[in-house]
Amino acid sequence: MIAIVDYGMGNTASVQTAFHALGYEVVITDDPIQLKKASHIILPGVGSFQAAMEEIDKRNLRDILIELAKEKAFFGICLGMQLLFSEGYEGTYTKGLDLIPGTVKKIETPYLLPHIGWNALKIAMDDVAFSTFQDQHVYFVHSFMVQTKADYVVATAEYGPDITAIVKKDNIYGIQFHPEKSGEVGKSILQVFLKEVSK
Amino acid sequence: MIAKRIIPCLDVKEGKVVKGTNFVGLRELGDPVVMAEAYSKAGADEIVFLDISATNEGRQTMIDIVRETAKNVFVPFTVGGGVRTIDDVTKLLQAGADKVGINSAAVHNPKLITTASSRFGSQCIVVAIDAKKFDDGWHVMTHGGTKDSCLDAVLWAKEVEKRGAGEILLTSVDTDGVKNGFDLALTKAIVDAVRIPVIASGGVGHPDHFSEVFQETDVSAGLAASIFHENTFTIAEVKESCKERGVNIREA
Repeated sequence: MIAIVDYGMGNTASVQTAFHALGYEVVITDDPIQLKKASHIILPGVGSFQAAMEEIDKRNLRDILIELAKEKAFFGICLGMQLLFSEGYEGTYTKGLDLIPGTVKKIETPYLLPHIGWNALKIAMDDVAFSTFQDQHVYFVHSFMVQTKADYVVATAEYGPDITAIVKKDNIYGIQFHPEKSGEVGKSILQVFLKEVSK
Repeated sequence: MIAKRIIPCLDVKEGKVVKGTNFVGLRELGDPVVMAEAYSKAGADEIVFLDISATNEGRQTMIDIVRETAKNVFVPFTVGGGVRTIDDVTKLLQAGADKVGINSAAVHNPKLITTASSRFGSQCIVVAIDAKKFDDGWHVMTHGGTKDSCLDAVLWAKEVEKRGAGEILLTSVDTDGVKNGFDLALTKAIVDAVRIPVIASGGVGHPDHFSEVFQETDVSAGLAASIFHENTFTIAEVKESCKERGVNIREA
């Protein structure tokens, strides 16, 4: 069973639909017992970093999520990916879950913000599982980006700077774009994630 | 780099897809959910539903259509038409729409843009602007392009950006249904006035009209209805035409 963490920030239904379409059983929950039973933990999210961490704390989920990330396949999507990192500057300075070292800052680009639309993935890491997604377009909607060590960056997308698009550290994965809105490519990426971290 | 988006628009009336020519003369075409799914599989980068229902039942049906679409379509989709209150915006987003388009109501009550974007984020609020050329510039038209609001379209575009709109869906009332291409002058004027993405709409009769608007202006996306619905051209043909002319598009 896959569990989507419900902390009141956004796109849980469309993320659930995407996993359903792939034939998986999915629950949306903030119940620690349910979360502990799950094989995979999905942390979705739309909105601001600061508001999201406040909602997580309001539900006493911070320590539980950090514990879960030690033992389970853990997957952050969009804002959920940003929350995996140490700190964010959206709203006021806010500490994240700090599961991967890194900072979330406003994108500095000559182009329009938000970075909205289909952008092509550049695979940054010698990674067999994700290498098939080189130059594939996926759907982004965001104004803040993750800055982290190259060791953790699986893929980027060019938008002035290279935007961190897929990250991984051990059993923890994060993707900045919306796989649930990225057509067939998005579905394949979800499948790769489910297979990779189940190994 | 980010790809230019090709967007089919489905005009929905009382639960059925219909086609409009100069905003009048409608005829039935089919099931919106089936058509949206077919378009997403055919390579549409996004889908727009424009609800032109005249009745409350029709608008209620639209909510059901949105819910079904969200289960079957894996590209972003926008719903507009008849959105008047923050409650309408909330219902459509809760049903699964990625973005909501606000048109006439934004003109009559600009605060709706501010409220909606601060509550749900700019990324899901699209303001639709229907513009028509007059001697003193382009005016914003309401009520399906029939009523002159006397607002200047360029100033209005800046105003909606300031109020938090995430995108502008710009329709030229002059070129809509004429099939001779997008209104390049209008599109350029609006795109150059704002720092948010603009979707050009109205006037497509041939795949090359897309590459033309992408080459002549910095518009982010192009929208069309009839050329796709009547199977005159496919989305693949539009993308092929763009690719041949060096426009960056998503191949799917």
